[in-house]
Amino acid sequence: MASVDTTTNAGQLLAAASGGRRRRGDRIFSNAATAAGVTILALLAGVAVFLVVEGLPAVTASASELPGGKSLVDYVAPLAFGTVLAAAFAALVAVPLAVAVALFITHIAPPRIALTLGYLVDLLAAIPSIVYGLWGIFVLGPATVPVMKWLEENLGFIPFFKGPASTTGRAMFVAGLVLAVMILPIVSAVAREVFSQTPRKLQEGAQALGATRWEMIRMTVLPFGKSSIISGAMLGLGRALGETMAVTIILSVSGVVTFNLISQSNPSTIAANIALDFPESSGLAINTLIATGLVLFAITLVTNMAARAVIARQNTAE
Amino acid sequence: MTPPVQEQATVEGGALASAKIAGGVLPGWATYAVVIAGAALAAAVLLATGAFTVALMLLFAVPVAAVGLYCWSRAVEGPRRAKDRVLTLLIASAFALAMLPLISLLYEVAKRGIPGLSLEFFTSDARGVINGGGAAHAIVGTLVITGVAALISVPIGIMAAIYLTEYGTGKLRRALTFFVDVMTGIPSIVAGLFAYALFEIFFGPGIRLGVMGSAALAVLMIPIVIRSAEEVLKIVPNHLREAAYALGTPKWKTITKVVLPTAFAGLVTGVMLATARIIGETAPLLVTTGVIDSLNSDPFNGRMQNLAVYAYNEYRSPGVMKQASYDRAWAAALTLIAIVMILNVVARLIYRRYKTEIR
Repeated sequence: MASVDTTTNAGQLLAAASGGRRRRGDRIFSNAATAAGVTILALLAGVAVFLVVEGLPAVTASASELPGGKSLVDYVAPLAFGTVLAAAFAALVAVPLAVAVALFITHIAPPRIALTLGYLVDLLAAIPSIVYGLWGIFVLGPATVPVMKWLEENLGFIPFFKGPASTTGRAMFVAGLVLAVMILPIVSAVAREVFSQTPRKLQEGAQALGATRWEMIRMTVLPFGKSSIISGAMLGLGRALGETMAVTIILSVSGVVTFNLISQSNPSTIAANIALDFPESSGLAINTLIATGLVLFAITLVTNMAARAVIARQNTAE
Repeated sequence: MTPPVQEQATVEGGALASAKIAGGVLPGWATYAVVIAGAALAAAVLLATGAFTVALMLLFAVPVAAVGLYCWSRAVEGPRRAKDRVLTLLIASAFALAMLPLISLLYEVAKRGIPGLSLEFFTSDARGVINGGGAAHAIVGTLVITGVAALISVPIGIMAAIYLTEYGTGKLRRALTFFVDVMTGIPSIVAGLFAYALFEIFFGPGIRLGVMGSAALAVLMIPIVIRSAEEVLKIVPNHLREAAYALGTPKWKTITKVVLPTAFAGLVTGVMLATARIIGETAPLLVTTGVIDSLNSDPFNGRMQNLAVYAYNEYRSPGVMKQASYDRAWAAALTLIAIVMILNVVARLIYRRYKTEIR
């Protein structure tokens, strides 16, 4: 970092020492770069401002004018519940798997093929969400039906698996699994990054003391990566909260509030509700949907900022 | 991103030594043998109960093998080595499990997508055709919308990355770094709503334009471009900049003539990967570009179709001949995946072929 600063100063000094012609070129370029940076911040602020402006009519309108004749809070609450339920389930499934995947790539697979394996996992992130949706409804859903039936029969006493089990696969369980597959590469990328940075001294020290590979992983790699696993999980959660198409296609929504993961009637999510209703809406209904979008934006923003703050704190601690 | 070069020799040497102290050591093929035996046992039991499927066999093979391996290894090598072997097996199985969706997905998309592919699919639109037609309008729409999004994102993104690596100091730089990261987490549907809200204020309610979709995609693409560009600009060695300054080159010329050319291959790769990430976005286009059956290649005039929304609509409202519609949805999905894969592969080839060796 220090060397960058000295060169910057040297460059500025040089520029200052030579004639004004050069200074002008520098000034224009540096201003353009700064302007681009400020534009990004303005853009992010703009997203918030425009959503607020367009969502405000729905906030101030009376309940009877809104779609369904419910107040905005009553309208958003079940959707927010569904959003959080789907995302939490997805994160619960994806995080342990993602950590195992990251461990496998960084510490267990032969180094020769590790790069290729990492590329394969990244490929999961490159697949468009619409394709995940189609795969979920046509392939994973039908394949999961017997599993959900088994869960209902054997674990039906747990509220999550109360049933009656869906016979088409259009259940929260399937949507959550698809979301889990979608966020796995994100969580695993964060975990991989930090696992590979575990100090070699620690790893070799553990092995020199006779630790097996698993003991070495448990005593050095996992403690070193703990906070990154947490922040990676939150990034994944943020992605799952806002994911739209897979949920839109898979869930058969009925607006109920239930923890039941395997039944045919599910709560919708904010994003899926927008995707389903927006194309056919007009007037105040549009404002209402934008207001729900604002709620989603706020939830994901808080999740992401918390995750990034954890990462930033760890980077400075090193 | 590069995984550490594990010193396999050290690891195995250590393992061997500890095993020798403990007593015996299992042969090298032990794990594979136990897994195969576990699979065979699971298959036998399932066949006997008449519930045999490949999925169930694999599901039961791993726990059976884990228990078998633990007992065997514990008897020969002691509990610590046994635990090590079982957890290694479980972690490897978890990786295999994570790969299953990828394999299944690629296989199914290829299998179900190919029947829908035809010359008509690529050459004609669906105007005035009931239950049929092609997706040319969607393909053109995808390319135009994504192209315009890239035109917006690339200059802003790369200039912002230049700011971050070459100029930025203090609070603004820290804020920008933080919020670019936060921006990568904006839900795509929210980006779509933003574009809609922005254009509605100027053009009135119900507006649908191709360029609105581009604006939404740009919100998603800019942070990805910045991240990747910053990454490659950072690894341009300082001595190149210092050499340029020593020759009296102004800073802006140093950046445009030395830094950017050095990082060029990395920048191109980053832009292509970012394009691949957004080309399949559906939700933001669903709320901004509208639905249309005929070809429109003017992003500033009227609705535009695109592949992702096309696939969604063919699935959602299949019409009378359901299967033909589903075939078209899968064909569109296959086309999208093919575009994404081609972009990914070409991006990596470009990087490997043209990257500047940095010493």
